[in-house]
Formats: sequence, structure tokens, C-alpha cells
Amino acid sequence: MRHGSYRFVASFLAIPLVLYVVFVISPFVQAFYYSLTDWTGISPKFEFVGFQNFKDLANDAIFKAAIGHNIILLIGVPLLTIVLALVFAYLLNVGGKANSAGVHGVRGNGFYKLAFFLPQVLSVPVIAVIWATVMTSTDNGLLNSVTKKLGLGTSQYLASPEIALYCVMWVLVWGSVGFYLVLFNAAMSGIPKDIFEAAIIDGAGRLATFFRITLPLLWDTIQTAWVYLAIMALDAYALVAVMTAGPGGPDNSTYVMGLAIADNGFQYGRAGYASAMGVVLFFLTLIIAAVMLRATRRERIEY
Amino acid sequence: MTLQIDVEGRTQDSAGGPEAVSDKGGFSPVNVFSHAVLIAWAVLVVVPFGWALIASLKSTGEIFGDNPWALPKKLLWENFANAWEKGVGDYLLNSLVVVAGGVFGTMLFGSMVAYVLARYQFPGNRLIYYLFAAGMMFPTFLAIVPLFFVVKGFGMVSTYQGLILVYIAYSLPFTVFFMHSFFRTLPTSIAEAALVDGAGHATTFFRVMLPMARPGLLSVGIFNVLGQFNQFVLPSFLSPEKPVLSQGIATLLGSQRYDNDWGTLFAALTIAMVPVIVVYLIFYRQVQAGLTGATLK
Repeated sequence: MRHGSYRFVASFLAIPLVLYVVFVISPFVQAFYYSLTDWTGISPKFEFVGFQNFKDLANDAIFKAAIGHNIILLIGVPLLTIVLALVFAYLLNVGGKANSAGVHGVRGNGFYKLAFFLPQVLSVPVIAVIWATVMTSTDNGLLNSVTKKLGLGTSQYLASPEIALYCVMWVLVWGSVGFYLVLFNAAMSGIPKDIFEAAIIDGAGRLATFFRITLPLLWDTIQTAWVYLAIMALDAYALVAVMTAGPGGPDNSTYVMGLAIADNGFQYGRAGYASAMGVVLFFLTLIIAAVMLRATRRERIEY
Repeated sequence: MTLQIDVEGRTQDSAGGPEAVSDKGGFSPVNVFSHAVLIAWAVLVVVPFGWALIASLKSTGEIFGDNPWALPKKLLWENFANAWEKGVGDYLLNSLVVVAGGVFGTMLFGSMVAYVLARYQFPGNRLIYYLFAAGMMFPTFLAIVPLFFVVKGFGMVSTYQGLILVYIAYSLPFTVFFMHSFFRTLPTSIAEAALVDGAGHATTFFRVMLPMARPGLLSVGIFNVLGQFNQFVLPSFLSPEKPVLSQGIATLLGSQRYDNDWGTLFAALTIAMVPVIVVYLIFYRQVQAGLTGATLK
């Protein structure tokens, strides 16, 4: 290294590192520390209580229900999003007219990607307001007016404790499909052409090509997508906070861990307890990422 | 049977793919089915936004009336004036100030860190890199309670500088990660030549490397503009007294339960949506490439 470049490196790193440590790293570390205290967040005084907060959490029915709701989202959101995005990406790539010249992508590929991706660039409150209105529970609600015309009857949507969580799940899936479609599409177009040529010469049809070639070669990307979607499903705070009544209602049916952290930390004056919830969320995230990356690991195919 | 690429077919932007050629006319069951499915999803995505734009010119009675799909009888432009008076003007100003400061700081500091990590060997290089990379994995929510008290400790709750600094800090991981891989792809010879000619390290960075990195800066810059403009979780806890636009929308939704003035809410929604959609339509290639590129690596 050239003389004097240490000073240059230090001068470039100093401010950003201080910002990052003060506002990102230190709150994370503090969350672990506060989780062992009975800090209210209001008075500066607090006691060290060991693992009492975690013991209380184990008996907290509302928090356990919240974890349950997050787990339902955690299973449903990645599964639905990935299946839909894969189907759409595949249709974009091979859904075109087939002839002796092989399989083609559909016309208007660019338009579909442009449209499908749109929810990804708009803020969660915008999407939450729109969908809360679309799913208005009265007979004249947008969705109800359509389903009534189609003879499917009407539904209470977000006002129904039975299906409110699935409405939230739907909006999460609806908003994510476009992003993962573009991701899978980019990965699919990275697969070398001669692999497909060989398969077609061997007489493989569209479905066989999909399951035997596309899917295995996309595995790495699908795995990454799964982890990202799982982390998003563990959060889900913003959408639930804006879209549901209460928020978290009706009857706590959409109450998620994020709401519990916000309520305890900022409303009930239980900052230590809320930090313990943050720690639980942290380890859940870590476990899910580790399990997903290990359980689904397979040999990487180089081409 | 051989696979031929139709030379007249329009190649896609994601060229290089095995089937990167569009169909040209003609119908087959698969083609019709594909389009039917894709159009159905496109309708499902676009119609709610289109409906919300039209609702911004309707009265509450028309929005929730007998036929919510009908067009407005009279275009109620005053919905926009009402929204502006109800604080949307202030919220928009707050958003613009914070995003301007936040994105400028993020891009400056992010590319400085990325450049140093990508081009200089020094003890702790990997450690700092992984410290930033780790920040991308976990949702901001884990640390929201302590973060509030850190910001409060600096007396920066509900201030521009508080939000700007926090936005920068939370945007750094992705920006560093993205620009790091970008700086690695740039040729070293020009920077070496500049250093040999006596330019300092900092001069070389600002005058030579940064201009060369413009495509990467554009991609990640647009990503940060959209991301910070849409930020909702951080400001709703850290800036309750000085709401940004996305918070304002959520507050207005809450107050509809008493005001029952939905045309105004949708006008506010339109004010929040239209700039984002315009930016997206202009830069959608960079937006899609920037967002998905980093996930793939």
C-alpha cells in the first residue's frame, strides 16, 4: 500500500462508520441488553431482571398468537409468491407461439414486466389504503360489487376475523410477485441456450423442460427469494398497521410481532419487554435463514 | 429438428436467453392461455391504481355509492386543494427535504466506503464489509425501540437532521454492497495513471472514479430515492410531529373514520403516487436492474 493511503482510508471511512455504528449497530446491541431489564422507556432508572422478560413472553397469549400469525404468513407468502412468479416468468419465456423453430416468449414481455413490478415502487401506506378500499365489506365495495355480479356472493374481508389475515397475506403476495418475476426472468435468461436446444432435440415438451431444466438451474435464485420473502413475512408490520382496524384486528386476528413490539415499546411503557420481543424476532429470522439455506442446499451447477 | 432463432423477431432487453424471441402473430392454445393468464394478473395489478387515481376526482358518495366503478359525474378538483390544506403540502415538503438530504448523504458516504473497501487493502477490510452486509439481512424493526431512544438522546426526534442521518445509516448497507461490486468491475489503469501523475487519493476518487461509476450511481441512486420516499416504519416512530408523506397518508386514512371525506384521501394518495410512477416509468430499467441485480449476487 502506498504511503499515506492509510490516512486516506481512515478519512473516507470515519463519518459513514460512525453513523452506521451509532444508528444501526448500537440499537441492535442495545436491544439485547434492554431485553434483560425492566426498563419502561420513560424513567431513566431500570433494574436488571435476567431472563424474566423471556419467561413472561412464554406466557403471553397475545404474543404467542402474534407469532402464530407471522408463521402463517411465513408459510403462505413465500410459497404463493414464488409459485406465481415462476409460472408467470415461465409463461413470459415460453408461452409464445410454438412451431418448428422451437418455443418463444410471449409478445409484450416488456409491458408485462413493467406492469407487474409497479406495486414494488409504491409505499406500503398507498397500497394499504387502496386494498382496504377495494376490500370494503359493504355490498357496494369494489370487490364485493364484482363478486356479487359474478354470483359468488359477498365477503367481509378485513372485517372478518376468519379471513382478515389471509387478506393481508394476499396483499403481500400481490405486491411481491412482480419483483420475483423480474428476478426469475433475469435468472432464466442466464441459462445457456444450448441446454434447451439439446432438450428440444431430445423431444422434451414445455413442462418437462420446466421441471427438468429450468427449475433445477434456478434453484439458487429460488432459495434466495425464499429467504427474503420469509424475512418480509416475519415483519409485515407496516401493512398490518395501516390496513387493519385497531390495528391488528378484528379480534387480534391480524396481530403480528411488529405490532406487539410497537405497542409495548411506545404505548404501554415496557421498552425492556419490547426489546425481548425484538430479540425473539431476531433469532427467528436467523433460524429461518439458516434452515432455509441449509435444508435446501444442493450441488451448485456451474455453466 | 433444430432450434432457430427468428431473426426478425424482436429480441428482449434480457437478451441472451434461450427463448428471448417474441412470437410473431399466429395463435396457439398455449399462446392464448399465456396471454390470458398474464393479462388477468396485469389487470389485477393496474386496475386498483387506476381506480384510485379516478377516485381522487370523486365525492365520497360516488366512491362508496351504488356503483363504485362509475366515472365521476363532475370532476372534483377541489379534492386536491382540500388534501393540500389538510397537511399534504407540508408532508410532501418534509418528504422532499429528507429524501434530498438522505439520498445525497447515502450516495456520497456509500460510494466512499464502497470504493475504499473495493480498492484498498488494509487490516479490518473484510470485517467492515461484513458489518455492512449483515445490515441488509435483518428488518429495521428488531432495533426500533432502542433506535428511538438513541435519536431522542441526540434531541433529534421529529427533526429533518434526525431522519436524514437515520435514513443514511439504514441505506448504507445496500448502497455499499451494490457500489462495492460496481467499483470492482471498473478498470484500475486510469486510477493508477491519475495517482502516478500526482493526483491525491481523494482527488482520484472524486475526479476519476466517481464519474466512471455513473451508471452504478444512477441505479442505486434511483433505488434510494424510491426507498427513502416510501419509507414508513422509521419516520412513524422517529418523526411523529413532522410526518412525511407516507405517514400522512396513513394518518389521513385513520381520520376518515370521522371525516368521511374519501375524495380528499384519494387526492392525497394521487399526490404521493404520481411522482413515483413517473420516476418509475422513466427509469424502470435501472429500477428493475438495481433491485434484482443485488439480490442475485
